[in-house]
Amino acid sequence: MGAVALLLGALPAAAETIRVEMGDVGYKPADISAHVGDTVEWVNNDFLAHTATARNKEWDVMIQPKKTGRITLKRAGTIDYFCRFHPNMTGRISVAE
Amino acid sequence: MFLRIVAASAALVLGSAAAIAQGAKPTDPQIAHIAYTAGQIDIGTAKLALQKSKNKDVRAFAQDMVRDHTAVNQKALALVKKLKVKPEDNPTSKSLSEQAKGTLASLKKLNGAAFDKAYADNEVEYHKTVNGALEGSLIPAASNPELKELLQTGLKIFQGHQQHAEQVAKSL
Ligand SMILES: [Cu+2]
Repeated sequence: MGAVALLLGALPAAAETIRVEMGDVGYKPADISAHVGDTVEWVNNDFLAHTATARNKEWDVMIQPKKTGRITLKRAGTIDYFCRFHPNMTGRISVAE
Repeated sequence: MFLRIVAASAALVLGSAAAIAQGAKPTDPQIAHIAYTAGQIDIGTAKLALQKSKNKDVRAFAQDMVRDHTAVNQKALALVKKLKVKPEDNPTSKSLSEQAKGTLASLKKLNGAAFDKAYADNEVEYHKTVNGALEGSLIPAASNPELKELLQTGLKIFQGHQQHAEQVAKSL
């Protein structure tokens, strides 16, 4: 019993999926916090295609209207991202260990 | 010189959209027509760029313009149908179209890097002017709330296009 608890305690928290809406030419919420291993899923509710493009070029996801796209966070740090089609759309992900 | 002429005359024409708003407020059918015409013009310019340009960034930008302005105009058509508004031709739309013919004719004479630069610079100025007209006259004048909302969304999209065009122009 104690050994199981010890083991579980040592395991990282279960990976989560964090949803971000693309709507009205913006990311909602624009700022999110996450952990390594989590997935960020963008849901495009606009009538236009958008992208979620990391400024450090680590990933670039294009999402058609009414579709979803996702990435898995591989390391800790702050990632700023934007839409290549509408660079006035900007977002940030703060990733903890 | 060429660039200055294109940009200046686009500003002049859309300036007249502002003039309309200040004098007699444009009606919703006129606003719908102006906004739709402005979109079609940018699609036309983008199609020319797709015929002429070999630059990867310029072509990607032009494809974005065709895709986005088509989507916005489809949305606008669906809205005017729903609202039973018939878009109405007006002097601003007419002069916009006339102006666009001149821009296309001038751009057609250019090739290669000169074309790319002129196209990108024109896109910066064109979106700047359209955004100014939307913000300063068309949105305030729109009376139907759904039309106003679509114009406001359009403004955000076109502000994005303007920034994107500025990046492309700077990279050339
Ligand atoms: Cu976008």
